[in-house]
Amino acid sequence: MSRLGHYFIFLGSLFRNREKMRVYLGLILNECTSIGVGSIFIVALVNTFIGAVTCVQTAYNLTNPFVPKNIIALIVRDSTILELAPTLSCIVLAGKVGSNIAGELGTMRITEQIDALEVMGINSSSYLVLPKVIASVLMFPLLVMMAGFLSILGGYIAGVLAGVISPEDYVSGLRFDYKPFGVTFALIKTVVFAFLVSTISAYQGYNVSGGALEVGAASTSAVTNSCIAIVAADFILTQILLT
Amino acid sequence: MIEIKNIAKTFGDRQVLAGIDGTFKPGDTSLIIGGSGTGKSVLLKCMIGLVKPDSGEVLYDGRNFLTVDLESQKAIRREMGVLFQGSALFDSKTVLENVRFPLDMLTEQSESEKLDRAQECLQRVGLENAGDRMPSEISGGMKKRVGIARAIVLNPKYLFCDEPNSGLDPLTSIKIDQLISEITDEYKITTVVITHDMNSMMEIGEKIMFLYKGNKLWEGDSNTLTQSSVPELNEFIFANKLLREMEK
Ligand SMILES: Nc1ncnc2c1ncn2[C@@H]1O[C@H](COP(=O)(O)OP(=O)(O)OP(=O)(O)O)[C@@H](O)[C@H]1O
Ligand SMILES: [Mg+2]
Repeated sequence: MSRLGHYFIFLGSLFRNREKMRVYLGLILNECTSIGVGSIFIVALVNTFIGAVTCVQTAYNLTNPFVPKNIIALIVRDSTILELAPTLSCIVLAGKVGSNIAGELGTMRITEQIDALEVMGINSSSYLVLPKVIASVLMFPLLVMMAGFLSILGGYIAGVLAGVISPEDYVSGLRFDYKPFGVTFALIKTVVFAFLVSTISAYQGYNVSGGALEVGAASTSAVTNSCIAIVAADFILTQILLT
Repeated sequence: MIEIKNIAKTFGDRQVLAGIDGTFKPGDTSLIIGGSGTGKSVLLKCMIGLVKPDSGEVLYDGRNFLTVDLESQKAIRREMGVLFQGSALFDSKTVLENVRFPLDMLTEQSESEKLDRAQECLQRVGLENAGDRMPSEISGGMKKRVGIARAIVLNPKYLFCDEPNSGLDPLTSIKIDQLISEITDEYKITTVVITHDMNSMMEIGEKIMFLYKGNKLWEGDSNTLTQSSVPELNEFIFANKLLREMEK
């Protein structure tokens, strides 16, 4: 409970007496490249296969001849947009981006680089962490949009190659009873997840004390805590926004 | 001038500093000496505001660092340069970018002014050709020198060095000591250096403070260092055989 309190104090420190805005611009761009571009491959790979597997498995389970085939595509679409693309991608990103943030900040802490910033009179938490948070909140949604597209594409390719659905059925299924709010919902979730992953990981790394061992432990708890926060927030947001 | 009054600090139930007083004058290289774990780094961190002491005052030319408002505190911080025990270079930046960093963040100088000043400081520490290298590619002694260059780039009034020559060969150590002492003299900086290097104490010890288990047991200079009647100090400085024999 007191950890939660410290986390909120840490969040507050990100925004109090910041540096000049122009300082952050370059930093944010750098972080966008490392967080965004650096994660394209893994997010793309995971989601393409998840889409493919969802399609084939749904087809396998739909043995009733009275259910039209295009339902398969509809199921792929809805599960991708509502849950798989945002939540799963963010869990992958928690592993990649979260551990990276915690490791980097933890190392800076134990090698006194953070102290060096502090004695210069720079607000080290906002200088180091804010660009990462902003870059995450900007890049995660882009990655998730790409993830959703690739997942549905993966489903199409796998479904057609495996012969479980025809291209026409797949496309008509995608169009059937489409609710645009799903995409909005996914993006809202992603922004929340991005904020949680980046701030939780930064909190873990920034507050390391000790040595290399503690930095490793901080990376691990950054990933675990981020994942817990993601599933908890997922549940709460679904309750609030979809019911 | 820096004055510290009755600085005390306890971590958990372990008292690390038990009320330390002292004054450090401009143009002097003041040394803080003492065995490992006696609280030297903690004292330094109390002085530069990285650790909050449980009691006591730190005065920078009369300004009470621990109680002034945030803006004045920032202003004082901009007048100090710190060399950390592990150099603390930013490892994502090159040597030159490290030295430039305080100028980039804290001044409104033009690109060329900043570049000139950073080059000048690198030259001062003998590293004008290493500007493009990354901290991971240079030796420990070079890192210390880059650390010094970064600490002096803003022309500080107060310079703090935590073991500037630990882990270096005797010749490099002496060069670094001389460098610190020269800069101190030249710009009338108030310099505080932590060390347990006997050579440094003899070379640059214009004023020496001996810490033992969180207490200041002795104060003097390099001439009186070997003539004290404090048993803990004698044990500390005559730790090696050669010196012990010289004492007799
Ligand atoms: N943040 C901290 N939390 C708890 N204990 C600490 C902390 N920082 C320092 N200490 C303790 O304070 C004591 C003094 O540490 P300090 O780093 O000042 O030693 P030192 O005199 O600089 O030694 P060395 O010459 O080895 O650097 C040590 O016993 C250390 O364990
Ligand atoms: Mg120390």
